[in-house]
Amino acid sequence: MLGIIASIVDGVLVGSVYGLAAMGLTLIWGVMNVINLTHGAMIVAGMFALFYLTALGVPAYAALAPVLVGGFAIGVGVYWIAVHRMIGRPPLMSLLSTFAMNMVLIGLGTAVFGTVLFNVPVALPGLSMRGYTFTGTHLMAAALTAAMAAALYLFLYRTRPGKAIRAVASNREAAELNGIPTTQVLAFTFALGVALACLSGALIATLFPFTVLSGAAYQLKSFVVTVLGGLGNPAGALLGGVALGLLEGLVTPFMPVSWTAVIEFVVFVIVLIAFPSGLFPFLRHARVR
Amino acid sequence: MKTLQRLVVGLLCVLASAVVLAQDTITIGFTVSQTGPLNLDSIAQLHGFEMWRDDVNAAGGIKAGDKRYKVRFVSYDDQSQPGRVQQLYTRLIVEDKAQFLFSPYSSGLVATATIISEQYGKLMMSIGGAEPKTYQLGNKYLFQTYTPADHYLTGALELVKSKNPAAKIALVYSDDPFSKAVAIATREQSKQMGFSLVLDESYPPNQTDFSAIINKIISSGADTLLGGGHYPDGATLARQLHDQKANLKWLTLLVAPDSPQFASLGAAAQGISVPSQWAPQVTYKPDFGPTPAEFTKRFEAAYKIAPGYHAAGGYAGGLLFQHAIEQSGSIDPEKVATALNAMNVTTLWGATKFSTDPKSHGLQLAHAMVLTQWQMKNGQLVKEVVWPQAAATAPVVYPYQ
Repeated sequence: MLGIIASIVDGVLVGSVYGLAAMGLTLIWGVMNVINLTHGAMIVAGMFALFYLTALGVPAYAALAPVLVGGFAIGVGVYWIAVHRMIGRPPLMSLLSTFAMNMVLIGLGTAVFGTVLFNVPVALPGLSMRGYTFTGTHLMAAALTAAMAAALYLFLYRTRPGKAIRAVASNREAAELNGIPTTQVLAFTFALGVALACLSGALIATLFPFTVLSGAAYQLKSFVVTVLGGLGNPAGALLGGVALGLLEGLVTPFMPVSWTAVIEFVVFVIVLIAFPSGLFPFLRHARVR
Repeated sequence: MKTLQRLVVGLLCVLASAVVLAQDTITIGFTVSQTGPLNLDSIAQLHGFEMWRDDVNAAGGIKAGDKRYKVRFVSYDDQSQPGRVQQLYTRLIVEDKAQFLFSPYSSGLVATATIISEQYGKLMMSIGGAEPKTYQLGNKYLFQTYTPADHYLTGALELVKSKNPAAKIALVYSDDPFSKAVAIATREQSKQMGFSLVLDESYPPNQTDFSAIINKIISSGADTLLGGGHYPDGATLARQLHDQKANLKWLTLLVAPDSPQFASLGAAAQGISVPSQWAPQVTYKPDFGPTPAEFTKRFEAAYKIAPGYHAAGGYAGGLLFQHAIEQSGSIDPEKVATALNAMNVTTLWGATKFSTDPKSHGLQLAHAMVLTQWQMKNGQLVKEVVWPQAAATAPVVYPYQ
């Protein structure tokens, strides 16, 4: 029984980090109608940033702030290169543009780093209970994710730039008529989404070793989480991540692990058909538009 | 008019010299996973190929009868994808006119490349394809250098038996052809040795989080874990087993711990063992070619890293082709195949003999594996051969941490 509880708790802890990764994706979709396929590459960028910062002697958790800032700067760059010209065009255009950018980034990453595994050794005391251990890194990652989600919520609902983002998401033309610099807001939103992806990548790097190619798996999970939480809903993404982790934790003790992905995608399809606005109707007000 | 004549004569000279050059060159084609998840091991294998080619060419080429042939490689990136392997091996044979083939890395890709090589009747030296099924399909032109997957964990089981005959084993492995072949044999062998298999489970090759699997291992009461798959999943499993303090006495993982980069896991790597096709410390006395020590020294000088078995396998694959061509005195594929079929030699790689039974033609019969363990020596992680005892370079550390 304790094994099942441990599995569920672990699932929820890791799921919250999936949620953080998905928050960036869903924010960009909600505001700009852009499916950002550089998301996986940005998660990997966060992983590598943490690796090199810690190699320089920066403590892992102190390195998260520069990762966030660096991720924001990268996001601004990617926006102007791959996204800006696609705004207002059919979603397929930005999809292809970010897909191409992703291929370039992953190709460059593979050429530079190979697919060698990178490891960020982080040691935090965990909780042990009759042979089962909840690692300190998992607990810390979940706590930081919750704090980040709260900060994002406060930013979007309690600050002028946050309200500007929501205004642009609701009606870009009306926002512009009210003096909101919408282009800057869109660039800011995209950069914020990328920064969140980088941050989640850095947090994942404190939990597991990674390679240049690790982003693809987390990108896929982010899509599932985004659908579970409702498209364009950052708060829903966090809960969607927790729900996905819970599902993984619940399924694994009773079934072979290989079946987890099958069940996840069955749930994904069911939710898409039956609950297109996500699993959490009480969070609909938290959509960015 | 004179200019035209000169041009024609010049062109004929170039063509003639090209023909002469082609006659004195053996073209070996293969794909490398320059990108994709198999890139690390595949590139190590490529380094082995390249070192062999450079050695052969520096010595004047391969001697076949009265002629000497320089070795030329034609290779492409297969992106670790079977679909690319299928296209590229066809291209290597049809367009690039490769006379002989090296296999790509890993069992799944070897199986795909074999379909093409057999179709065109091209000799292919399989390096990195341990799964035995491919060699049991009646192929005629495929020759395996690796010990088949059935024997990968035999040494680990024997070692555990000697230390803890009542060990409770968890078999947790990647859901790929190679690891599944290892698991099938291990399941049978552990039953024969009287072990109880308390957990038997596969995971997807792209698994990123092993927390739930580790909780299952703990719940099963296992004290020994055997399994893994390839590099990313194996290394992640090792790190998480360390973080989650799974109370194991013995841990043997496939492939991943053999890579020198595995040491980057630090304390999480300590004590972990890996069945290895080859280790730099082995003391085989080769019938031809460099000794393991000479190969290791030169490889380290060239690539600034100790060779793993993928690199040594690459070198050995070339060496075996070279020996077969020299023995047959010809580059005629049928004659070279006859020489390969008759081969019973020892190189830096160890013993090599191929099955000539039509049902398992090309299957490796003689090569033996060793079990190596990461041990802490003077504050540094080093890999030591711990099994079989006759080949051991250090006593085994049991329990492993």
